[in-house]
Amino acid sequence: MELLTPDLGLFVWTLLAFALVFFILGKFAWKPILSSLNEREKGIADSIATAQRVKSEMAAMQAENQKIMAEAREERTQMLKEAKELKDKIVNEAKDQAKNEASKIISDARVQIDHLKMAAMTEVKNEVAALALQVAEKVLRKNLSNDAEQSSFAKKLAEEVSLN
Amino acid sequence: MNRLFSLLVLVFTLFVASFNAVAQEEHIAPTEATHEGEAAKEPLNIKKIIFDHVGDAHEWHFFTFGHTHVTVPLPVILYSPVNGLSVFSSSKFGHEGHREIVDGRYILVDDHYKAEQVALGKDPLEVEKIKGGSIVTVDGSPVYDFSITKNVMSMLISVVLLLWIMLSVAKKYKMNGSGKAPSGFQNALEPVITFVRDEVAVPNLGHKANRFMPLLLTFFFFIWINNLLGLIPGGANFTGNIAVTACLALITFIVIIIRANGHFWGHLLNPPGVPLGIKFLLVPIEIISLFIKPVALTIRLFANILAGHIIILSIVCMIFIFGAMSPVAGWGFSPVSVGFSIFMFFLELLVGAIQAFIFTTLTAVFIGQAVDEGHGHDDGQHYTSSENEIIA
Repeated sequence: MELLTPDLGLFVWTLLAFALVFFILGKFAWKPILSSLNEREKGIADSIATAQRVKSEMAAMQAENQKIMAEAREERTQMLKEAKELKDKIVNEAKDQAKNEASKIISDARVQIDHLKMAAMTEVKNEVAALALQVAEKVLRKNLSNDAEQSSFAKKLAEEVSLN
Repeated sequence: MNRLFSLLVLVFTLFVASFNAVAQEEHIAPTEATHEGEAAKEPLNIKKIIFDHVGDAHEWHFFTFGHTHVTVPLPVILYSPVNGLSVFSSSKFGHEGHREIVDGRYILVDDHYKAEQVALGKDPLEVEKIKGGSIVTVDGSPVYDFSITKNVMSMLISVVLLLWIMLSVAKKYKMNGSGKAPSGFQNALEPVITFVRDEVAVPNLGHKANRFMPLLLTFFFFIWINNLLGLIPGGANFTGNIAVTACLALITFIVIIIRANGHFWGHLLNPPGVPLGIKFLLVPIEIISLFIKPVALTIRLFANILAGHIIILSIVCMIFIFGAMSPVAGWGFSPVSVGFSIFMFFLELLVGAIQAFIFTTLTAVFIGQAVDEGHGHDDGQHYTSSENEIIA
């Protein structure tokens, strides 16, 4: 039973000592320890939050970059396509134009050739007519002297003409 | 770890050796006396040895070698309403076996004094009630004992240690600031402090945890360091003393009473949703439970630590019980005894920390109930879970 009866002295000293320890530690130990623990924890949490924010920002940035890249690539393809189309168009146009031009030149040339040919033919005809007239004139003049000769001459002329 | 272990073994061997010396001394002495039937020295009073070790004393007795008592005298502080304050060294009471009366007034109660009182014709039952080791006056006038006893001394040492450790750690926190990682002893204490905060305070007190953290931390470390000091051979059984645990529980009780809010008193004195008839039954039970809480705290810590000490001492004393039968049996049993007590020491190291944790947790639970603002219906559940913890 001795163990179950508390001593007054020990009780009082414990109370005093505990109060003292509580006061001193509360003021000079627990306060700075707990506050710096909280501060550090807050700092770590903040750092993690910041890191996460930066990470998500980076991810967003990267996504945007990729989007821009993709857009640029598409634009390039588009531009290349357009350029090719334009080139084809220009080439085709040039070809058409050249063809047209060429056919025009050819037809002009043909027309001119025809003209020249006609002119040459007319000239030849005229020449032949003049020649025929001259011959006829000469025949007519010779005719005055001799019938026989006239006929042989006519014959000779006829041969000449046919030979021509 | 190995070094610690071998150190423990060494300390134990010395401890046991000193006991052995006592035992042999006592073993030889009674041989002449036993036949006369009037043993001045009892053969082997295990109960006395154990209870002397777990109890408080006015002097710090380390060991007795032969007839040499190695003790440290401690200051005795007495207040008597008749004679006022008197302070003197406990060595004035003399040594065990031949006690002296100090200042012609103060007597240290021992078996001899009790026998004397009985011989003087006092009621043996009344005499038996006088606490051994306490101080009484010759004329029977009341005297209040505020001595620095073994337990108080042990506590003062623990207080110095605690203040030194915590203040040096706090200094480091201040010096390092919050940006630096903890180092050294700071690193060892930080998990304990965060454990108390995250496992004890926050689950029971919620957002009010910060307000009670200093109290809980002081409780935890105060109890823990004293539990550990009590385990050192020759140390005092401070936390296994009912006055100490009653004092600590009283502090908890006062905090509960001061901090309790209207919600707590309302539920206690006028439980809502309970029929009037039941209220007459329930309210007294609730009021009793309010007072049982600190009592449970007192007894749990006291009984656990005391039991640990008694078991270790009993295991060691088994050597002398066997030794009293025959010296060979005593020596033969000592390795078993030392082995068991080493096991118990490790268990007690664990129990020391666990009991500090439990005391702190229950304090947090009780304060948590008192400051709880109520969250509707989970209130009832809260109560039952904590009642279970009291039983546990």
